[in-house]
Amino acid sequence: MSASVAILVAATFIPLGYVVWGAVSVGPTRAVDLIVRPRVGELLLNTVALIAVTVPLCVVIGIGTAWLVERTDLPGREFWRPLFVAPLAIPAFVNSYAWVGVVPSLHGLWAGVLITTLSYFPFMYLPAAATLRRLDPAVEESARALGSDSIGVFFRVVLPQLRLAILGGGLLIAVHLLAEFGAFALIRFDTFTVAIFQQFQATFDGAAGSMLAGVLVLLCLFLLTAEAAARGTARYARIGSGAQRAATPIALGHNKVPAFAAVTLLAVLALGVPAWTIGRWLWIGGGAVWEVDTIALALGQTIGLAATAAALTTVLAFPVAWVAVRSHGLLARAVEGANYITSSLPGIVTALALVTVAIHFARPLYQSVALIVFAYVLLFMPRALVNVRAGLAQVPTGLEEASRSLGSSPTATFLRVTLRLTAPAAAAAAAMVFVAVATELTATLLLAPTGTRTLSMLFWSFSSELDYAAAAPYALVLVLLAFPVTVLLFRQSTRVAAL
Amino acid sequence: MTAPLLDIRGLTKSFAGHPVLADIDLQVQPGSMTAVVGASGCGKTTLLRLIAGFETPDAGTVAIAGRQVASPTTSVAPHRRGVGYVAQDGALFPHLTVGQNIAYGLRGDRASVRRRVDELLETVSLDPSYASRRPHQLSGGQQQRVALARALARQPVLMLLDEPFTALDTGLRAATRKAVAATLAETGVTTLLVTHDQEEALSIADQVAVMRDGHFTQVGSPQEVYRHPTDRFTAEFLGDCIAVPCVVTGGVADSVLGRVPVRANDGPGTLILRPEQLVATVVSDSGQLDGVGTVLAVEFLGHDVLLTVDPAGEGAPVVVRQHSLSPPPIDAKVRLQVIGDGVVLT
Repeated sequence: MSASVAILVAATFIPLGYVVWGAVSVGPTRAVDLIVRPRVGELLLNTVALIAVTVPLCVVIGIGTAWLVERTDLPGREFWRPLFVAPLAIPAFVNSYAWVGVVPSLHGLWAGVLITTLSYFPFMYLPAAATLRRLDPAVEESARALGSDSIGVFFRVVLPQLRLAILGGGLLIAVHLLAEFGAFALIRFDTFTVAIFQQFQATFDGAAGSMLAGVLVLLCLFLLTAEAAARGTARYARIGSGAQRAATPIALGHNKVPAFAAVTLLAVLALGVPAWTIGRWLWIGGGAVWEVDTIALALGQTIGLAATAAALTTVLAFPVAWVAVRSHGLLARAVEGANYITSSLPGIVTALALVTVAIHFARPLYQSVALIVFAYVLLFMPRALVNVRAGLAQVPTGLEEASRSLGSSPTATFLRVTLRLTAPAAAAAAAMVFVAVATELTATLLLAPTGTRTLSMLFWSFSSELDYAAAAPYALVLVLLAFPVTVLLFRQSTRVAAL
Repeated sequence: MTAPLLDIRGLTKSFAGHPVLADIDLQVQPGSMTAVVGASGCGKTTLLRLIAGFETPDAGTVAIAGRQVASPTTSVAPHRRGVGYVAQDGALFPHLTVGQNIAYGLRGDRASVRRRVDELLETVSLDPSYASRRPHQLSGGQQQRVALARALARQPVLMLLDEPFTALDTGLRAATRKAVAATLAETGVTTLLVTHDQEEALSIADQVAVMRDGHFTQVGSPQEVYRHPTDRFTAEFLGDCIAVPCVVTGGVADSVLGRVPVRANDGPGTLILRPEQLVATVVSDSGQLDGVGTVLAVEFLGHDVLLTVDPAGEGAPVVVRQHSLSPPPIDAKVRLQVIGDGVVLT
């Protein structure tokens, strides 16, 4: 088993290897020429500015809404609570399409900030809400007794405890911003990923593209290091023992109306706009846009690819998760490290790496289903791993030992006890990978075998041709596909908090 | 003496360079119950896990029913050792009903399995209707009994119990302990119990092995290890002690507490007694001061009373435990008498 895990870990290094190999093969002089030029400066400025504005904005909005929903007497808390997770069901490129439909002149940095903030703030809301629910109200009460007012308690007691949620959520958003292609291409905002994609379309396997990818990877590694440094040794939140009382909601008083207006506005911008645009285009398009055969074929292909990748990823996640949970050696740490890095690398780098490797070393694999499924496995393994790992970690070794002492062999024990108890987590893992694949655009555009037309590919080709009405049915199907998994995500976060 | 069912020779184990078990020897007679008792972290659970096969020893051997199951070179897999194991929390499978849990290790057709499950539930004094319940619907004591029934299902030659009563609250603990001991005696299975509770070990075991820092300080019958401990640690671990300096001459120890019969060679030493071996009787007048002490403190404990007595102004005060009916007041003069024999440690 160790060997298969080692191979998987090695495979996760293909994208990094591609970048390094690209840099080495062009030679230092040419590499400097390709990197030090105005175009790269412009891309760098765009990308850094995007992250520098969007991440703090998401932190403020995500934590603000989480605090209002979890800790105050905001009217309709039970209604808002799942609602702010719902934007995750709308892929960012669909959100971008929706906004362009409302304001056709949208373009550039501020459009990018607007759209990605509305798409990604749930990444901050979700962990913040979970942490807020888990915080022991006794600690806040002690702070109140020591003379702090509501605002003081928030900044001196609540916010410091949200540090890990802020860092984790912030990193996730930044990584998504680095990787996003569709949303920015639609509003003509050039980031590294967009530029790499265009370069690839123009020159295929060009040195310029791989140099840009190198800078992108460096940016990504910088973010990872910065987050790790800020996180420090306080890696795991302490979970208090004993039952804790429910917190008494804080009275908003005369701030209730502005707070309610603010969350309503956020919901309208994040959910109302996409719903309205998709609805409007469907209305305008009428029956003509529903080319049932094409849609059914695309749906079938999407489900086929997504189901294959989901099943394979989940199966492969088991040995990796096993090593990570049950052993504490060098291999376990290598597994953790490899996944941490690959999960953060933009999909375009992974896709480019696989294209290059296939062309040079495994020609028949190029534009094959096997290669694209392999790309999905590399890209989304971490999502499966998080779930399978958590599931495995919750199976006490005592149960396996009990099974062994009752006469079951190690294999039988795995099948009868471990696998059975991990099944819900594995199902969640498969569902999340399934949706991630179904709504994936960048790697799919690069790697899809000839003749493959997935939902996101068709949506993309219609909206690139500005045929917004024809794209609307695909947007709707994509959102409907992603919705159940978003509900699952919400359930998971509330259950974790209930522990 | 018959051949031991469990025979452990020179068992040694370390984790990450830190020795946990050092050269352990233990023999358990068929059908008997042995308790390994020690403070937490002394290595007793590791001993159990080595016997069950969840760990392999660094040195030494384990033989069960004459078959060598573990040595540094050979290791029989846990599921082939014929050993039953009940963990501290019962380790019931949460995804299975009580009946399915008990049937986990059983083979055969549905009807015979069903019959056997009912039998086993009866053995551990649970109603057959419990078979359809889920583990979380049972109390802690019931869960432990189901875990025992599950382990008994495969008719193991050796039953290993890892602190099976620790997770239960005090009242339930005594009752479950009694029920489990009775069940095990009834089925005649050889049992090795690990516990940190000396009262538990002394009350249900035929043989008690006291463990400290990875080795046994003493192995013997409960009466033997309690009444005649071979070292100070064993003596103090198994209960309160009175220790006074003495001089032994011809099988009698001379000390502030008078003359006490002992099994020891002549010479100076420390006389060890249990508090319940002393009786303090109030002397009306202080005519004869020899062997008379003064009560310094009286601690009321309900059925017992602890008297701290200064024995005739010599040496450290001693503690006397006796029934709490009309205890002597503070400052009363009492005569101390010793019942039974004592132990002398040098």
